[in-house]
Order: sequence, then C-alpha cells, then structure tokens
Amino acid sequence: MIRVQIESFSLADEYQLLNQDKSDGAIVTFVGKVRDFNEGSQVTQLTLEHYPGMTEAILSQIEQEARSRWPLNYVRIIHRVGTLALGEQIVFIGVTSQHRKAAFDACEFLIDFLKTKAPFWKLEANEASQRWVDAKVSDDLAAHEWKQE
Amino acid sequence: MINVLFFAQVREQLELSNLLVAATEDLQTTNDLRLHLSNKGDKWANALASDRLLVAVNQTISQWDASVQDGDEIAFFPPVTGG
Repeated sequence: MIRVQIESFSLADEYQLLNQDKSDGAIVTFVGKVRDFNEGSQVTQLTLEHYPGMTEAILSQIEQEARSRWPLNYVRIIHRVGTLALGEQIVFIGVTSQHRKAAFDACEFLIDFLKTKAPFWKLEANEASQRWVDAKVSDDLAAHEWKQE
Repeated sequence: MINVLFFAQVREQLELSNLLVAATEDLQTTNDLRLHLSNKGDKWANALASDRLLVAVNQTISQWDASVQDGDEIAFFPPVTGG
C-alpha cells in the first residue's frame, strides 16, 4: 500500500492495519519527522513538493524490489506533501514478515531507497529565510550499500 | 508536442511548472531539449546549468542521450530530498 497525501497519519491505525496475519512474527515501523535543525540552520517548517504519478510509480518499484529481496507480507508506505510544522510526521514505512531480520532490513532498505529515488523535494524555512535542502552524499552511499549485497 | 515539467529549484527559478514544446527534428535527445530551453535566455540557462540536474522521460529517470518523441512528458529537476 502506497499513499502520497497532505494529511497526517495515525501510527496506531497503521499498526492495526499491519497487525492482521498470525503468520507474521515481526512488525517494523519507521516514522520520519520534521527536525528543528538541519545543516546548522534552524528550521520551523518544511514544505514538500513531489512529482505526481512518478512518485507513486517509483515507490511501487521500490516496494517490489524489497519484496524480491526479503520474504515480506504487508508493506505500507505513506509520504506527506505540502507544508509541515516542526515535529510533524513526514513519512511512514511499515513492514511485516515471519522473522525480525527481514522486517528490519526491508524497512531500512525502503527508507534508504525512498530518500534517494522518489521524486520529493524539501524546502526548509525559518522566520528569516527559506532554502531548498541539498541531496546528501551520505544518503546516496546508504542506498548504494544495498546494491553490493 | 512535448510536455515539459519543472520541479523544485528549477521550477522556482523559471517561475514556471510546465511548458509545451513543439517536437522538431532538432530535438532528438533530452540533451537537445535542455540546450534548446537554455537558449531561451539567461534565466533558462542558469536554471538548467547544474551538472547535478536530472531528467525523466515519461516518469522514468533517463540519461542525456535518451531519445525524445512527440507526446513525451519530460521533467527536469534537482537531486531528490524526500524521506
């Protein structure tokens, strides 16, 4: 399940939707949030832009890639767009599997690939100014490490 | 026509999110389209100058020698920063 939406999401509701199958022994979830400082600058709000259509297609490809690497049952990905305040939730990744290793690894793989492949862009702002976030080399390296396995 | 889209800094610099460009024999590749747009003026040249600029053809990330055809959707944007 992939959703790109303006509204927030409930971790409790998402957990319930992941917690449906007795054969799953592990549920791993990740929530990314708007942080107060980035690269030395104060941040009070974040605006997320995306490429409608391509975003959903890429997230679907990333999900398929994860499913080809690990035996997963449920996969839920939510990414918000629009303007978000400090502390708000940006992204949710939830995966289930029989065992924890696959669930942990797949969850980390999904967020690493989402960050470097899905067409989202962050515009950070504080009272004084705003700036587009630069892509990080460390994020590219994190995604690249999965390719070597 | 070719439907050209711009996102993030590129969209902001151009003050434009999309543009229709007539498909001609001069526009064979994504790089041809980039050069064609860059020739529209300084604002265009600056917005499309970055060596980190990315291009997608019909919503798939592509190379600068990828072919461009009538009816294609071509998007120009900077490296992605979601998550």
